[in-house]
Amino acid sequence: MSGMVEKRGVGLWFTHVGLIIGVLIIFFPIWLAFVASTVTQPEIVKPPMPLWPGDQFFANYRKALVSGINAPVAVMLFNSFVMAMGIALGKILISLMSAFAIVYFKFPGRRLFFWLIFLTLMLPVEVRIVPTYEVVAGFGMLNSYSGLIFPLIASATATFLFRQFFMTVPDELAEAARVDGARPMRFFWDILLPMSRTNIAALFVILFIYGWNQYLWPLLITTDPDMNTIVMGIRQMFPSGDDVADWPVIMATSILAMLPPVVVVVSMQRLFIRGLVDSEK
Amino acid sequence: MATIKLDNIRKSFGKTDVIHGVSVDIEDGEFIVIVGPSGCGKSTLLRMVAGLETVTGGEVQIDGRRVNEVEPMDRDIAMVFQNYALYPHMSVEQNMAYGLKIAGTPKPEIAERVAEAARMLRLEDYLKRKPRELSGGQRQRVAMGRAIVRKPKVFLFDEPLSNLDAKLRVQMRLEIKELQARLGITALYVTHDQVEAMTLADRMIVMKDGRADQIGVPLEVYSNPRTEFVAGFIGSPATNFLDAARVPGAPSGAARIGVRPEHARLVAAGEGRLQGELGFAEALGAETLIHMKLAGSEAPFTIRQDGALPAPGAGLPCGIDWEPGSEMPFGPDGARLD
Ligand SMILES: Nc1ncnc2c1ncn2[C@@H]1O[C@H](COP(=O)(O)OP(=O)(O)OP(=O)(O)O)[C@@H](O)[C@H]1O
Ligand SMILES: [Mg+2]
Repeated sequence: MSGMVEKRGVGLWFTHVGLIIGVLIIFFPIWLAFVASTVTQPEIVKPPMPLWPGDQFFANYRKALVSGINAPVAVMLFNSFVMAMGIALGKILISLMSAFAIVYFKFPGRRLFFWLIFLTLMLPVEVRIVPTYEVVAGFGMLNSYSGLIFPLIASATATFLFRQFFMTVPDELAEAARVDGARPMRFFWDILLPMSRTNIAALFVILFIYGWNQYLWPLLITTDPDMNTIVMGIRQMFPSGDDVADWPVIMATSILAMLPPVVVVVSMQRLFIRGLVDSEK
Repeated sequence: MATIKLDNIRKSFGKTDVIHGVSVDIEDGEFIVIVGPSGCGKSTLLRMVAGLETVTGGEVQIDGRRVNEVEPMDRDIAMVFQNYALYPHMSVEQNMAYGLKIAGTPKPEIAERVAEAARMLRLEDYLKRKPRELSGGQRQRVAMGRAIVRKPKVFLFDEPLSNLDAKLRVQMRLEIKELQARLGITALYVTHDQVEAMTLADRMIVMKDGRADQIGVPLEVYSNPRTEFVAGFIGSPATNFLDAARVPGAPSGAARIGVRPEHARLVAAGEGRLQGELGFAEALGAETLIHMKLAGSEAPFTIRQDGALPAPGAGLPCGIDWEPGSEMPFGPDGARLD
């Protein structure tokens, strides 16, 4: 008996050591980026690279946030935030509604619409980027939030997921609500939506990060530096020609760009787990 | 409280006809059980009364008003589903209150009615719990509670007890019957369990393939089945059916003769109306079921006799006898002849 416990103890240690090594390996580049964002430019370019933070933390971050290189990072963070939120919330709203329509209503062409939506799964932004650009330009939405958000909202992934989830909800529940007097939208708000909340939370996390990490699309349609998003903005910070790259500021920007997704994941994770625990009780 | 009238109602799903014209008049406060084998259309019939299924032909009336085109919520009915269909994210209290809340009932009245239903169903201690924190029997009671708080004109039940274990089923059966009688609400109850049907029903509708084979008081249906199907379906152990040609003294025109196991008795070999060989006997205490092999026939024959009577061993030849008045002759189409 004690042998078994001991063995399990050793096994536990092994896995922990393995995991810690793994974490360190993954974390090391981020650590380097953080270190680079707290020292001066000469310190970075002179080998060997420093491994411990310097004293320029506040100076570098203030410089990045307030002035940046092309546009202040604060502005770019805000743009990215608006875009990511817009895409995540817009997608969730639209896909909830369309999945609800497809699963719970019989209307002519229901299958056709489903397959049309499904088709967009095969056409990611990159594939339809030229015609989409034409349309957005035609609507005068270049350099605007709506131009950043709307073309990316149209996609089937979330619709498809909600459709699958709604189909697992027993028909009797809808019928019980009908007998109880709930009209369709009431059923949607009172019953379907609360039942989907963990799915919504999970999707929100995924879609927020998807929106935050968009690179090609913002690069194409924002020419005004004030409309740049952070992920493309970092690329814009690299100097062209003989200029010297301001590495500490670029690194500070990278660290800042990482923070919002981390915050979203961590905070939504709590909600996610609470949802799971609630349903467990 | 209400009367229900089904007037020759029919249902087709596309080209498949499922209900072929069922008519019945249900009185105020009556407990009607719809019973029949799986797939005969019981649920479909009930769901047409509920308004969850459109009516293909005929008319459904509640309290004399045609309701074919009326939405379920406006029919003033409440339904209990087989899997209870409780809202998983709402507490017991919210589940029961939901219908009233939608109807715009004032809050104090909702609270009062929910409390009353909870008291009736002994759910007071569970009001704050979610459905998944309840046992099967408790969930069943919440589903009942959700139906009674609405004070509907009609209760509709679709096999509400089939997910419970045998003991709980008996207990809930009594509770449902008692509750319905106390509230005096007209009830339509679907089951495939004939014991449930016999014990609960004021009148029962025995269905087969989308038709009502017989509508009547349980004991009357039992003792006087109008078709061969009803005779075979109601009663356990099942009625023995015999080829009329092989039964001496069978009424003319009869194709088959039905004999209930409790009406037959063992007599000495060579006597009685049929000859056979004793099979195994099941001693159940109060009664004994004796299975017989009839001479020159594959069909089994069961005799139900008092547990105190001797049950002879297997393999012995034996005679079977019954009173001519207790036999049930059926024509070639399965209809009762006398
Ligand atoms: N939506 C539907 N579309 C097509 N056929 C259906 C539909 N619903 C039911 N049916 C058919 O109608 C017949 C009656 O079904 P119903 O559910 O009323 O049977 P039931 O008597 O309730 O059986 P059970 O005891 O198994 O619940 C079955 O043959 C079934 O296949
Ligand atoms: Mg059924």
